[in-house]
Amino acid sequence: MIAQSFQYESPRTIKEAIELLQKYGDDAKILSGGHSLIPMMKLRFASPEYIIDINRIPGLSYIKEEGGMLKIGALTREAEIEHSDLLKKHFPIFGDVTKLIADPQVRNMGTIGGNLAHGDAANDHPAVMLALNATVIAAGPDGERAIPIDEFFFGFYQTALQPDEILTEIQIPVSQHGTGSAYHKLERKVGDYATAGVAVHLTLDKNNTCTSIGIGLTNVNPTPLRAARSEQALFGKELTEEAIAEAAKYASEDCSPSSDLRGSEEYKRAMVAVLVKRMIHKAAERAKA
Amino acid sequence: MPSYTLDINNKIYTVDVDQQMPLLWVIRDFVGLTGTKFGCGIAQCGACTVHIDGNPVRSCSFPVMGAVGKKITTIEGISANIDHAVQKAWIELQVPQCGYCQSGQIMAATALLKRNPKPSDSDIDAAMQGILCRCGTYQRIRKAIHRAAELV
Ligand SMILES: Cc1cc2nc3c(=O)[nH]c(=O)nc-3n(C[C@H](O)[C@H](O)[C@H](O)COP(=O)(O)OP(=O)(O)OC[C@H]3O[C@@H](n4cnc5c(N)ncnc54)[C@H](O)[C@@H]3O)c2cc1C
Ligand code: FES
Ligand code: FES
Repeated sequence: MIAQSFQYESPRTIKEAIELLQKYGDDAKILSGGHSLIPMMKLRFASPEYIIDINRIPGLSYIKEEGGMLKIGALTREAEIEHSDLLKKHFPIFGDVTKLIADPQVRNMGTIGGNLAHGDAANDHPAVMLALNATVIAAGPDGERAIPIDEFFFGFYQTALQPDEILTEIQIPVSQHGTGSAYHKLERKVGDYATAGVAVHLTLDKNNTCTSIGIGLTNVNPTPLRAARSEQALFGKELTEEAIAEAAKYASEDCSPSSDLRGSEEYKRAMVAVLVKRMIHKAAERAKA
Repeated sequence: MPSYTLDINNKIYTVDVDQQMPLLWVIRDFVGLTGTKFGCGIAQCGACTVHIDGNPVRSCSFPVMGAVGKKITTIEGISANIDHAVQKAWIELQVPQCGYCQSGQIMAATALLKRNPKPSDSDIDAAMQGILCRCGTYQRIRKAIHRAAELV
């Protein structure tokens, strides 16, 4: 379990890090928590020649509310998200999701930026970000750009980030009154990646009409998936049992899970339907609370 | 090779190691503290758990540079005379079987009790789930953490 030899760099500013990325191009990889990258290097699934460790760059770890946006720095650890009072108050979905990511040791290291930049459909934050309509901020040689989450996940372990870009921040619109969110994943054992996972974020008005809805799915598709048809089935409609059942059915039809050790395709589709229903109910309960 | 200054168990060590080396190998092979174990090497088992500034992490997947300027605690550093409440409870209830996973278990348990002095069964399960025990001592671990909570 020894990684292929690499050169290690530890820049102190984002600018310096970007210069290194420009210099080394495809041969370099950014290191954040290292809890996906280092195991992959040891298993020789990844063999970067240069590691650009961004942990010594100050100012990339924070959770704050600013101008109607929740802003989370890329280097913010899962443990900090799990214990944040601000998130507990406005976004209970982060409590749901972080508790389901691995275990406390991993959460003390793993970062939200790394979780998204890894581009793994099995990771849990991508579905949550789809549901919350997040925007990813990336810094590159020409400055910063904002990438809507729907344009972020490209293919198997691929994201919209260019080799010379660093994910620096995640922005999430702060919810209005009447908003609720929830995440759950089915796992074979605690700390495992999802057999299937569902994130829901919705707003209900006083007539129980769904005025905003986001649904993201974990590990049932080659990329993290937005359940677009399910969202359409609910948007602008009264949140009735029939509407919820329809949304659940669409999500189970529109994903494309593969049969593996975690279960057959059929089983996973069935679980997506169950979880979509449950998470809509849970998010709705929270919206009304 | 670069030289790194590390604070391990409140002692300062200066080591000349390859910058690629994860902390676990530095602690075991260069500092000579072999209580921390190598299990899988790929962040799956938890045998290599140490504390960085009081928080448990897996040292096999932790770059040595990440530990510079931080306080590292290993199993050797949790008490001077093997008399930490967790150690006492572990001995009283004879928790280990082969023992290989146990320094990781104890590091996770001490971190849990510091944050949560009276953990419930489910708090214990949530905190300990990442440290695998091939001998299956989980039931005794849970009992011993409750016992340690009484002894603190
Ligand atoms: C035992 C175990 C169980 C796990 N279980 C789960 C789980 O249930 N759910 C889950 O979601 N995750 C799980 N993980 C993964 C864990 O959450 C990782 O920490 C996370 O996927 C990656 O975050 P990181 O900060 O460690 O990133 P790293 O490993 O440092 O990086 C991951 C990738 O992203 C790139 N990258 C990192 N940061 C940036 C950045 N700022 N800008 C651009 N690129 C960047 C890296 O170059 C690399 O390619 C598990 C990990 C382990 C070891
Ligand atoms: S040796 Fe580090 S987790 Fe197994
Ligand atoms: S006591 Fe043998 S592995 Fe845990």
